[in-house]
Amino acid sequence: MLEALSYEFMQNDLIAGVLVSLVSGIIGSLIVANRMVFLAGGIAHAAYGGIGIAIFTGIPIFLGTSLFAVAAALFMAFITINQRENIDVFIGLTWAVGMAVGIILVDLTPGYNVDLLSYLFGSILAVNRDDLYFMGLLFVVILFVITFWYRDILAVSYDSEYAALSGINVKFFYTLILVLSALTVVIAIKVVGLILVIALLSIPVYIAQKLSSSLYSMMLISGIIASVFTLIGLLLSYSFNITSGASIILVSALSLMLFMLFTKLR
Amino acid sequence: MHKSKKKAVIEVKNLSFAYDKDLVLEDVNLEIFEKDFMVLIGPNGGGKSTLVKLILGINPLQKGSIAILDKSIRKSISQIGYVPQNTNINLNFPIKAIEVVMMGKNSQKNSLFGYKKEEILHAMQLLEKVGMKEFANTKIGLLSGGQRQRVMIARALYVDPKILLLDEPTSSIDADGQKQIYELLKELNKEITVIVISHDISILLEYASKVAHINKKLSFHDLSSIKNIETKSDHICEVELLQMLGKCKC
Repeated sequence: MLEALSYEFMQNDLIAGVLVSLVSGIIGSLIVANRMVFLAGGIAHAAYGGIGIAIFTGIPIFLGTSLFAVAAALFMAFITINQRENIDVFIGLTWAVGMAVGIILVDLTPGYNVDLLSYLFGSILAVNRDDLYFMGLLFVVILFVITFWYRDILAVSYDSEYAALSGINVKFFYTLILVLSALTVVIAIKVVGLILVIALLSIPVYIAQKLSSSLYSMMLISGIIASVFTLIGLLLSYSFNITSGASIILVSALSLMLFMLFTKLR
Repeated sequence: MHKSKKKAVIEVKNLSFAYDKDLVLEDVNLEIFEKDFMVLIGPNGGGKSTLVKLILGINPLQKGSIAILDKSIRKSISQIGYVPQNTNINLNFPIKAIEVVMMGKNSQKNSLFGYKKEEILHAMQLLEKVGMKEFANTKIGLLSGGQRQRVMIARALYVDPKILLLDEPTSSIDADGQKQIYELLKELNKEITVIVISHDISILLEYASKVAHINKKLSFHDLSSIKNIETKSDHICEVELLQMLGKCKC
């Protein structure tokens, strides 16, 4: 096990796992607090359209996926703000159409036999330097945004009606949270895949919510819990040669069950 | 120059409002004076909430005018402390009571992460005022309905308003809690104007100084006339009272 840590690819994986976990803890807290889990799930699946576009046109995967996911997030924000009644229809629509676009574009790409599974369930073993830079950059941007606008984001997340009354631009912050969620989904695809990302964004947050008394501590605790789940999952994935995303999610789900059992018994 | 004894803090003139083509409020006139304890009653869909939204500036004015402390409606939001109807939102949210209070005002920027000392001090004073000081650091979801309502009142008071406006403040609170909330409002009423939107007519006689009934149109009541009504029993039934307030032509 320890000798594995001396390989560069393994070090990259661990760094990526921790970075993605910390980001997921912060953004996942906002997603859960704002009841956007289904929305974030929609964006995650729609992001496959971006993967398809990137493969078809030959632009970098991260870039294509990011642009497409952010576009999906902006669309979702627009719909949520202006069409509240039909929101779930549009989420479902974006969810499915995004994936359909991706699948067809991959079909149409000549001679490209894409490993669909690695995007659906994570391919952390293929993390490279550029990926790490992108993850690091996003982590810094998110830290900056949260630090600078903490109280506005807190107010919007807790009680958006009152926040609007007190003069906070609720639509701006709502859109900002969705765009950051989209970018988080993009980096998390590398680690757990787009189908499983929603579990990484919500399970650690659910546990942290019970343990914390402020949004700030919920973000921190979620990040730490997610990191632990990811590291254990990665080591299991390496030891038993199983898919990284799936092992991380199972570790998370089992821990959640134990946590719930423990809190019930206490 | 003639000076009236009391100053009108809210003056609603010829106000009408319609959603699409459904007229919800028709030619409403209402004056609320300094230190009134005003109760607005009326059936569901009678336009109570619409009037609140117009006073707060959430809904745009269509016809008529609303003057708040003699200034235009836009600038006066910060002069009204508002307690919304549903305070049981987001109960799992990890936030302390004192943080909720400090949300009363849109913080000026550059206070990264933390709260300024004077903000915390101000919030603590308000929590003490509403009798919730010892719960300042309790998670909001762990408080009872009545306790949470007090925190929301403290949040509304955070801007030091001249007017406190509460929408159905006791709808999800047990009888003891309700009584305490009204006692608190009575206490606050010594310094500021209190406006309560309510179904809860039984408390009227004890606390309200004025009552208005809204069902599209607004009729105004001087409570002294109601208090003088002779009933066979000492008790005035809520239903009788509601009917009376709705029908009378005063």
